[in-house]
Amino acid sequence: MTTRREITHNGLWNSNVALVQLLGLCPLLAVTSTVINGLGLGIATLITLVLSNSMVSLIRGFVRNEVRLPVFVLIIASVVTIVELTIKALFYDLYLVLGIFIPLIVTNCAIIGRAEGFASRNAVGPAALDGLMMGLGFLIALLILGGLREIIGFGTLFAHAELMFGDDAKSLMIEIHPDYPGFLLAVLPPGAFFGLALLIIVKNWLDLRRPAPQPQPLEAAADSA
Amino acid sequence: MQVNRRQILLSGTFLWLFAVGGTTLVALTEYSTSAAITENERQLLLRNLYALLPRNSLDNDIAADSVELPAAALLGTDDASTAYRARLAGEPVAVVFNSIARNGYSGRIHLLVGVYVDGSLAGVRVVKHAETPGLGDAIEIRKSPWIKSFDGKSLDNPDTAGWRVKRDGGEFDQFTGATITPRAVVGAVHATLLYYQQNADMIFD
Repeated sequence: MTTRREITHNGLWNSNVALVQLLGLCPLLAVTSTVINGLGLGIATLITLVLSNSMVSLIRGFVRNEVRLPVFVLIIASVVTIVELTIKALFYDLYLVLGIFIPLIVTNCAIIGRAEGFASRNAVGPAALDGLMMGLGFLIALLILGGLREIIGFGTLFAHAELMFGDDAKSLMIEIHPDYPGFLLAVLPPGAFFGLALLIIVKNWLDLRRPAPQPQPLEAAADSA
Repeated sequence: MQVNRRQILLSGTFLWLFAVGGTTLVALTEYSTSAAITENERQLLLRNLYALLPRNSLDNDIAADSVELPAAALLGTDDASTAYRARLAGEPVAVVFNSIARNGYSGRIHLLVGVYVDGSLAGVRVVKHAETPGLGDAIEIRKSPWIKSFDGKSLDNPDTAGWRVKRDGGEFDQFTGATITPRAVVGAVHATLLYYQQNADMIFD
């Protein structure tokens, strides 16, 4: 059994989907040109992870081994389609921005990875929590990377918040400097790679600075394998 | 042998059940969201159309008053495209074309081109493109007012030689670092005007 504390710590830090497992890089790198885009995709991924983990855990007792993976894929594909349709109905402008990347959540290996590696072996409660924490870890990485690229690339923060929160949210936008010329590299794909590399460096550096962890990660490693 | 077949059947049935279950869930969601999604798409279309034509210049349901145009080289289309007709008290006011600039820097640039009945431009907006962020994307209205330089222009204003970017000896500005994108848009808008000149009668029946 993994404790709640460990699940949380694994999802947010130790086995962070974006910074440690390096899964789901395609949407991660493509969408994070602004904070709001990152937030949109992050929330969609998080909801998918919680729902798919819970459903996989619910059926873990009677799913037959030979058809296990196709069944997981079916569940994930259904959940993603439902999430996509809902976003299209409620946040159409955001849908126009995220576009192709919502259906692509299906191919985010983190989701099938959690279904197979954790949810299929644990009760619904821990499985849902694992989905929530893995999703949150991914969401936070998306937000930081999006913020980094938006500040450097456009000189703004929270631009186009109205896509998610309605017209009142336009005032959320922070302009660092009115004459900032922008830095194209940060917006283009190479900027995404540099940004992600920077985040990984910072995370590893923080890990190194901390005193060596207590001898418990053996179990955690087995769980996230 | 017998055992094997039983297991295969069981697994198959299990998978089938999940396929049915998943499809049912998706179908239910589709059913309950389709009205909202259609309405969202309609609102987006109306928003785009009203950005080109002042609201008080027409009184028909422009999104519904559409005409299918066959594929045409001047519109840059390979398939039939939709044009929307604006009328005031039944009289034709303007038509909005979906045209495509095929020679953008990264593929096709999809445009909405509004043309008044007298052949002058109501306006142009970019609907979809993949031009370089920071350079070619100044064709978007939220990045730059450049696209408004078409407002009021027509085939006589400027003349054919003027329907080019300045670097090619025409009247329209190019952007710093990006000539190909504006050149493609200017060419597509000009071609759309020519298409209107040749087909005006057909468009309003």
